[in-house]
Amino acid sequence: MADLLVGTRKGLFEIERQGGGYRLGAPSFLAVPVTAVLHDGRDGTTYAGLDHGHYGVKLQRRDAGAGEWEELAAPAYPPQPEGTVDVDPNRRDEVPWTTQMIWSLEAAHPHRPGALWAGTIPGGLFRSSDRGTTWELVRALWDEPSRAQWMGGGFDHPGLHSVCVDPRSAEVVLVGISCGGTWRTEDDGASWTVSTGMRAGFMPPDQAENPVVQDPHRLARCASAPDVVWCQHHSGVFRSTDGGATFSEITDIEPSTFGFGVAAHPHDPDTAWLAPAIADEARVPVDGRLVVTRTRDGGESWEALGRGLPDRDAYHLVYRHALDVDANGERLALASTTGSLWVSEDAGESWARVSADLPPIACVRWRS
Amino acid sequence: MTKALQRHVDAPPASVPGATVRGALDAYFAAHPAVRSYVLDEQGGLRKHITVFLNGEQIADRVGMTDPVGEDDEIHVMPALSGG
Repeated sequence: MADLLVGTRKGLFEIERQGGGYRLGAPSFLAVPVTAVLHDGRDGTTYAGLDHGHYGVKLQRRDAGAGEWEELAAPAYPPQPEGTVDVDPNRRDEVPWTTQMIWSLEAAHPHRPGALWAGTIPGGLFRSSDRGTTWELVRALWDEPSRAQWMGGGFDHPGLHSVCVDPRSAEVVLVGISCGGTWRTEDDGASWTVSTGMRAGFMPPDQAENPVVQDPHRLARCASAPDVVWCQHHSGVFRSTDGGATFSEITDIEPSTFGFGVAAHPHDPDTAWLAPAIADEARVPVDGRLVVTRTRDGGESWEALGRGLPDRDAYHLVYRHALDVDANGERLALASTTGSLWVSEDAGESWARVSADLPPIACVRWRS
Repeated sequence: MTKALQRHVDAPPASVPGATVRGALDAYFAAHPAVRSYVLDEQGGLRKHITVFLNGEQIADRVGMTDPVGEDDEIHVMPALSGG
């Protein structure tokens, strides 16, 4: 059974620990972009979100122990009500009421077996109660009036990329949207409140703290201390200690506070990892040296960990879903848009390259 | 249906009724429902990078697909060339 799922521009690869290293298995969906992957530890099911490009977004499911994948109906938007206007605030073009990408897949609370969340572009959150067979748009968030201010980041339209379930309550969920801020529900999605405390350097000064235009690149929650949430934001690094209601900025991280991915230690709320790049306008490692930064004191201090990673002439970029930590907090996976995959088995102290020859990697996920 | 699609879903050639391209495609999807989402989005719109030919000519109406279809006409659903 695969230990690690790797979603790439050209298919899904499954990595297995074997002997002293990791072995790359045969790909699924060869040549098809894989945008989100999930192994649901509750029942052993594996899910993959695909972007067929010409043929649209698809969702695939593989039952525990099965070899074959089954295509499911992908999350689908309802018809846009006639007479309504839904345009991007920057470009003034229409926001499509069609699924452009499945950008995140998450298991819902353990008390709800088979229940899933899916985040999509153009910004909709979907829920399923039947292992992805059917999906429903969470209307309260989609109908949130401030959505008129949400805008695309790297993609043309807003995207919901992070879904953090609170292990203490199935009804408490935090989501991150680029660029629409971070939103929290305490009533199972019936109502939503935007998080505060983030700062958008890409907005004019009087709009910089507007919570509904923030670009949280990725959210990561500590499973054992769920009030602690880490955020790698477009304009820096933030941390919450109140379940995502408010965030405080963490500065002075060398070599950079810019990046996409963040991983939270599942049991130690003071430990997190980042994958830094120079800056918004230069998305490559600082000085050509690839590192992962780690704090073990709640963000007070950080160390740059590079043993086993290329220390010169390296131009990798790590996307937001391409840094992941396992359920024990010991194994990390790091993957790049230039097709390299590394694994650490000592919490980031040292790394081993599993492959340098993969397609551009969108997402990595340890088996849960 | 384009050969490229066959890799992902069973989309065999078929003779179907229909007075317009839309009508013919709807009849095809009624017989082969799994193909629908590969050609149309959830609002019923033709996917952006799909091209429909009627007797070798691109259809005039990509939105409503109202181009009239005769009894022996041929419809080809093809991918546009794009991507990397």
